[in-house]
Amino acid sequence: MRLSQLEVGEKGIVKEFTDLEMSIKLMEMGCLPGEEIRVDRIAPMGDPIAINVSGYQLSLRKREASTIILH
Amino acid sequence: MKADIRVALVGNPNTGKSTLFNVLTGLNQKIGNFPGVTVDKKVGYSKLPDGRVAEIVDLPGTYSLYPKSQDESIVFSVLADRANPLSPDLVIIILDATNLKRNLLLYSQVADLKIPVIVALNMMDLAKKAGTIIDVSLFSKNLGVPVVPISARKAEGIEQLKTAISYANKIALQEDSIDVRSIAPQLIESISNELDLDNPYFALQLAHQHETLKFLSAKQSDRIEELEKEHSFHSQKAQGAETIARYNFINDLLYDTVKKPDTAGDETTSNKIDKVLTHKIFGFVLFFAILMFMFQAIFSWAVYPMELIADAFVWVQNTLHHVLPTGPLTSLLVDGIIAGLSGVIVFIPQIAILFAFISILEDTGYMSRVTFMMDKLMRKVGLNGKSVVPLIGGFACAVPSIMSTRTIENWKDRMITIMVTPLVTCSARLPVYTLLIALVVPNKNVWWFFNLQGLALTGMYVFSLVSAVVVAWVFKFILKSRERGYFIMELPVYRLPRWNNVAYAVYERCKSFVLNAGSVIIAVSIVLWVMASYGPGNRFEKIDQKYQQSQYKTVNADQLQKDIASEKLENSYAGVFGHVIEPVIRPLGFDWKIGIALITSFAAREVFVGTMATIYSVNGNADNMQSVQQKMHQAKNTQTGQPVFTFAVAFSLMMFYAFAMQCASTIAVVYRETKSWRWPAIQFAYMTVLAYAASFVAYHLLR
Repeated sequence: MRLSQLEVGEKGIVKEFTDLEMSIKLMEMGCLPGEEIRVDRIAPMGDPIAINVSGYQLSLRKREASTIILH
Repeated sequence: MKADIRVALVGNPNTGKSTLFNVLTGLNQKIGNFPGVTVDKKVGYSKLPDGRVAEIVDLPGTYSLYPKSQDESIVFSVLADRANPLSPDLVIIILDATNLKRNLLLYSQVADLKIPVIVALNMMDLAKKAGTIIDVSLFSKNLGVPVVPISARKAEGIEQLKTAISYANKIALQEDSIDVRSIAPQLIESISNELDLDNPYFALQLAHQHETLKFLSAKQSDRIEELEKEHSFHSQKAQGAETIARYNFINDLLYDTVKKPDTAGDETTSNKIDKVLTHKIFGFVLFFAILMFMFQAIFSWAVYPMELIADAFVWVQNTLHHVLPTGPLTSLLVDGIIAGLSGVIVFIPQIAILFAFISILEDTGYMSRVTFMMDKLMRKVGLNGKSVVPLIGGFACAVPSIMSTRTIENWKDRMITIMVTPLVTCSARLPVYTLLIALVVPNKNVWWFFNLQGLALTGMYVFSLVSAVVVAWVFKFILKSRERGYFIMELPVYRLPRWNNVAYAVYERCKSFVLNAGSVIIAVSIVLWVMASYGPGNRFEKIDQKYQQSQYKTVNADQLQKDIASEKLENSYAGVFGHVIEPVIRPLGFDWKIGIALITSFAAREVFVGTMATIYSVNGNADNMQSVQQKMHQAKNTQTGQPVFTFAVAFSLMMFYAFAMQCASTIAVVYRETKSWRWPAIQFAYMTVLAYAASFVAYHLLR
């Protein structure tokens, strides 16, 4: 299951990343293995998405979200 | 001011860092550049309780010491390089108490550089309101640093923070957050020995960043590269391992010191607001309504103070003409300098309103929602959601907006944004449009409250956005991309704007407009006055002699004066120059007087109005001062007797100003940002071609 497949309101726990370069940026922003992610919103045109992670809200594109694999 | 201690202010974006900076320093601050780069450097002074003075340096907001942009790279250089002229004695790290986990990553990195640190725990009031309980003394004990709870917005805890600064240690006492050496033991050892370093984290950071750090010599950088190969160091893997270790430390710390109520299922207020503000339909409707409101406000609210200022200047000019003796010096002062000055001051109300709107939108967090909503759309034309801020900022001024493109990590997206930002209607074009619209568009209301002039102006703004988008789309196919783009951005919680910050931002912008643009405009005004008052050879004497002949004795004295002045202007250096370029601009509907204005506008667009003032004031009767607009309205073509500024000419002129790169400062800033003359040259060329073409089409369609 990838983050990009979640619907609004659904949750998941980060398992691993498929892209090393992207994973470093995501981890710095608090998106780490073991963290719970909830999809808060999808932008009006379907991309990017807004997620709740580590107690705050982060927006990222669907393509970036697809590099995050959930449990 | 001489300071006893230098303090650097460090923190994540959206933590209230600039609010704290403003509270600590008051109006006692100045903005400059960091040496060698074009990143805004804010420095201020603060008086400590013990009478000493602290110099406070506000560093750009960043999430990590690993920079993603040029702005962020400054932070590590200033903090870590002991030879940096801004190297601080003490660092204040500001943490958002409502969002501690991510904020603490930067803390743990900075702490490991072993500089004396104080933690300012901001937004304590909001954390308390949310039911979060922070054991501050245990937090402080576990980190080994002083922790001061504050609320920068309410100015609470500021005295305690100042006291903490005055009692701060000269040596760093903080606990290690992670075992840095374990990340790359041999490499850190080798670099430390090679460069004689005592801090393992500094050594590790050099391994990661040596290619971009300016304080390392090429030899040192090459040596680090060799060592990395020798110890087969993988920068990204090491950085990932470090980040995970740091978050383990942070989770342990928070587990012991922070109790949060279980609100996982509750919907936050921000989320509720976002449901409306980023809604499929309402979101866009609201965004355009806000833009519309902004432009209506600029046009209608600013009119009153502007009229007051204009009237005041007319009064001063009249009075001086009566009081001072007639002569070239009086003329230079009144028709050159004061006329130029009035052209600068009169636009402060509009610039103030525009910057107030932009800083309110940024301060509330709405601007990042606009980025979020527009990203997909912007990507289609080769831009990026983050291009929205520079483009909207372009409505104020292209110079700071082009500087703000540094937040766009992707090279291609950034270049395209830089190339099209000067197309957006900036505040310098506003005076030109205002003047020309007022001249040819009737001041009438249509529908309920839409002012026809306001609509025409809105039209020019929308037109500029559309042309920026089209040009961006063309560049998308021309430029080759260098790396992959990404878009990972915090959506800050909605907050009410901090009026103090808004006021400071408006004050700063107006001040820099008056000082930077103003000095250029006044200089151009003086040059122009000289060019308009003197002519080549003895042409002026010949005119004087001609009008002394007996056949002119019967002509009304008033009329005679005007004829002489008009003929002199045409024979002055300015007139000669205007005549030289007239054949080129004739197809656009411009005469030689407008030609003069186009030439002088290449320094800065708003000079147009000052030029018109000078040209028509020199041309007019000095005893009967009228505002520029009235004078232009009365201007007649000497051959046909028709008004010069017809509907077609005015719109042709506006088209020219919409596209032409008439701004020396923008050219300079594009050069600085792209580090090559190639980009400003391309930009200047394509904009000039577009300007001529659009002007030509507009004139011939409307004639």
